[in-house]
Amino acid sequence: MKVDLERQILAANDVLAAENRALFEAAGVFVLDLMASPGAGKTSTILATIAALADRYSIGVIEGDIAGKVDAERVRAHGIPAVQINTGGACHLESAMVRRAAETLDLDSLDLVIIENVGNLVCPSDFDLGESAKVMILSVPEGHDKPCKYPNIFQVSEAILLNKYDTLGVFDFDEAEFRSVVASLNPLAPVFPLSATRGDGVQAWADWLAARIDLARGGAT
Amino acid sequence: MHELGIASGILTSAVEAAEGAGAVRINTVDVSVGVLTEVMEDALQFAWEALRAGTMAEDATLRVTILGADSRCADCGHEFAHGRFDGAKCPACGSYLVQLVHGRELKIDSIDID
Repeated sequence: MKVDLERQILAANDVLAAENRALFEAAGVFVLDLMASPGAGKTSTILATIAALADRYSIGVIEGDIAGKVDAERVRAHGIPAVQINTGGACHLESAMVRRAAETLDLDSLDLVIIENVGNLVCPSDFDLGESAKVMILSVPEGHDKPCKYPNIFQVSEAILLNKYDTLGVFDFDEAEFRSVVASLNPLAPVFPLSATRGDGVQAWADWLAARIDLARGGAT
Repeated sequence: MHELGIASGILTSAVEAAEGAGAVRINTVDVSVGVLTEVMEDALQFAWEALRAGTMAEDATLRVTILGADSRCADCGHEFAHGRFDGAKCPACGSYLVQLVHGRELKIDSIDID
């Protein structure tokens, strides 16, 4: 017997993501899902972003990794509340994991929660976590051809950070080609060249994020 | 990679629907997958075969239909099929205000049960 279903395959995740979004909105917290390859500089970028925004916003961090807790410890060492999620092998975060982690943070006291997704350019882009915005980092040593190979993550990201920009002269990275492909995939996303560890370019990205946070709060600062 | 999560979602939904219909066995599951989801059919089949063991879908065939991508221009109304990289700009008027119509589907169409 054939039964028509017409069901979304990721429906369970999408329902939980919608619940997360409602929870975050009720708490008045802006949630950023930060995606990138392993080693692109996610934790360094988070620390640089916190340094740029900590005087304006109360910030918490959710660290997603397959195993280990070094990233959460690195963030906590800066006095920032951080909770570590270990996916136990899964290559991306899902809504249920984020919910459990978020419940251990005092959301009402926070303005911004940055979720560091598992290092991966493929799977994280397919899963709604209930975030306010998805943003990605590509680092210069990974190469300018990545938008051609992993188009989806460039399409779902509202901003693209080009990290390790200070190494541009060392690597064979064609920035014009990179920007051209990104513009064809996602014409509205700004590209922010920066060096998270040196601090160059971080302010422009932080200003963009602050504007998004303030917009989400209806213009209040 | 994410095919495992997708196969798990298919299995959960299919078993839930089959149990709801009073079935004892799932024979076939038909799913539609948009080309822009970057799902690899081989990986999806591999994950499906690993997950279905010990469930009422143990012998069930997963049939995957890959759907192409097309978009509609919000400025001029032009509808156009495109690939994975060239869908952000309307080929008729050059506008970037295009809306994806098909290509990111991930859905279960139907199941065949006894």
